[in-house]
Amino acid sequence: MRLLAKLGLAAAACLLWATVASADTTVKWLHIEVNPAQVKIWEEVARAYEASHPGVKIEMQFLENEAYKAKLPTILQSKDRPNIIYSWAGGVLKAQIEAGVLEDITEQVKGYSDSVTPAALAAFTDGGHVYGLPISLSQVGFVCNKELMAKAKVDPTAIKSWDDLLSAVKTLKAAGVTPIVVGGADKWPLHFYWTHLAVRIGGKPAFDAALRGENGGFAGDTFVKSGELFKQLVDLQPFQNGFLGFKNPQAVGYFGDGKAAMTLAISSVYNLQRALAADKVGLSEDKICWFDFPVVQGGKGAPTDTLGGITGWLVTKGSPKEAVDFLKYFISKDVQTRLAAGNFIIPVVQGADAGLNNSFMKLIASNLAKSNYHQNFYDQSLGPSVGRVVNDVSAEIAGGSMSPQEAAKAIEAARKQGN
Amino acid sequence: MARPIASSPAMGVSPASLSTRAVGGPSWDGRFTVLILFLPPALLLFTLFVVLPIGEAAWYSGFNWNGFGRPTHWIGFDNYRFVLETRAFWLALRNNGLIIAVSLCVQLPLALTLALMLAERFRGAVALRMLFFMPYILAEIATGLIFSFVYDGDYGLVASIWRSFGAEPPHLLASTDTAMLAVLIVIVWKYFGFHMMLFIAALQSIDKSLIEAARIDGATRSQSLRHIVIPLLYPTIRLSVFFAIVGSLQLFDLVMPLTRGGPADSSNTMVSFLYNNGISRMRVGYGSAIGVILFVICVTFAFTYKRWFMRDE
Repeated sequence: MRLLAKLGLAAAACLLWATVASADTTVKWLHIEVNPAQVKIWEEVARAYEASHPGVKIEMQFLENEAYKAKLPTILQSKDRPNIIYSWAGGVLKAQIEAGVLEDITEQVKGYSDSVTPAALAAFTDGGHVYGLPISLSQVGFVCNKELMAKAKVDPTAIKSWDDLLSAVKTLKAAGVTPIVVGGADKWPLHFYWTHLAVRIGGKPAFDAALRGENGGFAGDTFVKSGELFKQLVDLQPFQNGFLGFKNPQAVGYFGDGKAAMTLAISSVYNLQRALAADKVGLSEDKICWFDFPVVQGGKGAPTDTLGGITGWLVTKGSPKEAVDFLKYFISKDVQTRLAAGNFIIPVVQGADAGLNNSFMKLIASNLAKSNYHQNFYDQSLGPSVGRVVNDVSAEIAGGSMSPQEAAKAIEAARKQGN
Repeated sequence: MARPIASSPAMGVSPASLSTRAVGGPSWDGRFTVLILFLPPALLLFTLFVVLPIGEAAWYSGFNWNGFGRPTHWIGFDNYRFVLETRAFWLALRNNGLIIAVSLCVQLPLALTLALMLAERFRGAVALRMLFFMPYILAEIATGLIFSFVYDGDYGLVASIWRSFGAEPPHLLASTDTAMLAVLIVIVWKYFGFHMMLFIAALQSIDKSLIEAARIDGATRSQSLRHIVIPLLYPTIRLSVFFAIVGSLQLFDLVMPLTRGGPADSSNTMVSFLYNNGISRMRVGYGSAIGVILFVICVTFAFTYKRWFMRDE
């Protein structure tokens, strides 16, 4: 009898363990989002998914942007790697695909993928295989503070050319206003200047040629010129004191605190500055203005060409099918509309831009729709080894320790070394 | 490590002769048992955790490799050439030299002076010793973060001091002229207490009767300091110098939170340069080459120093 009882107990324990084991699938999701309001919505979406899919657990993990980039290769080669990771597409994605650490999800997203903006999906497709799903687009441009601009009598809508920008900086300085704030310690915010100038000066043909090593590659005229124009701006000392020591979130907060007239930033800063401002309120919508990156006289790029990001989520090798399923849920029209309505993203699912309810986000969405050439950030599209050199030299030009020619040569040398 | 193994008679002896020998002389037998018992674990651990990683780094340094998958693209010594062609590498090397110089010329004399003052027993000596030792206890990362606030040009302590004089405060960590200086100050602040404690321990072990005898013979305080105390401290000073130099070569965790090697590589050390290039940039081959160069520098220094200055210890 006692033996029977023991056996029964053991069987029950086995059964219990088995059900627990089979019912629990954990999808680990690693993100880098610093805006708590957006993360809160993500959390809600994850919990809603869990509620409708019993036995699946969505576990969110966070790493800060720079730390994330630095740890990614190690993370991906770990057995305990997260299932869903953040991505800016581009060269890093290519390296990950070549290394075979990503899951080919083409089959699983068949049909569904038609609902996603083709250009955005293309950024996560390689050789006809889909490795991830896009979530948002962004544009780089000048976000400005209406009050400070008005104080110096500068009309942001009149800043159309590079020379306009330079004279606006001079006027702002004369009025005792810090013209531009930038997070120079992180370097990439400075590369927006250099890169966007290259986009304006040479357009898509120059970039493609440089990638093939033609016209002197990245040491060619277009890229030397963009360094020279950037230097013109730097020589006016337009940035806040100690800008090379500011990390990006600090700089965004500084702008939100109303201490500088402009910042060249990703469109999402429009929202983010509120979360990062000292008073957590930041600048309200009616106090913020925006103008596109100015055009360069004689430049080959069209004024509608845009620089920005295409961000999304990748699925790592060996992940459970629930990871893809959750992504499809997360990047559905409903959720995208909701995120768009909160002004967090420019959506990539067709029809979700109906959710955009503020004029700024609508403007960015229409800019992106008009753009025939949307250049992904150089530091992403060129991959870490060359991209980071672009960031480095931008910071060096800004700090005055490198000439535009040396900068262009350094990038070309990195491209040639290719490691 | 290598010498006792190579010179050990066991290496040239065949197993057959060993077994007959084992029966023979008891002293040899004892040494052999010790060798058999204790050498393999040590050798295994040393190979596993020291030789293999270094060998692996040397192997990777021959590849153009981004850290994903297995390395396949062999480029020989090119990575070393790229490293030596980089201006930032020489800057980092110079900074390491600066750190060593400051450690030897500022930090150690400061530590010695304080030690001489605090080694004697008087009211508050222990409290003062603890106070000076405190920075050493603090984690490097925490120290870096604290000082990045202290140095902040807008809200930091330094800024408010500057403002109290009515001047526009500088952003010390954001200028290529001052960033390294600011880092050096933190290094001295953080590590002098450690060397001070070493010196105090050594001072307290000096036989008091020596100094009393000198005093009876009419030596002044400075004479007994110069001719008795300092010479007796030499072994500790040599050890301190060794620690200071090796520590300086390896400095990393203070630099990262303070400046991350910037602006424009002006405050990179060899290790932060390695990290910024090898890890952040995913140039694992290149990073390995830097690692091997650093390793060679450290090993050369350690062996030379031991041979020349610490022969008897």
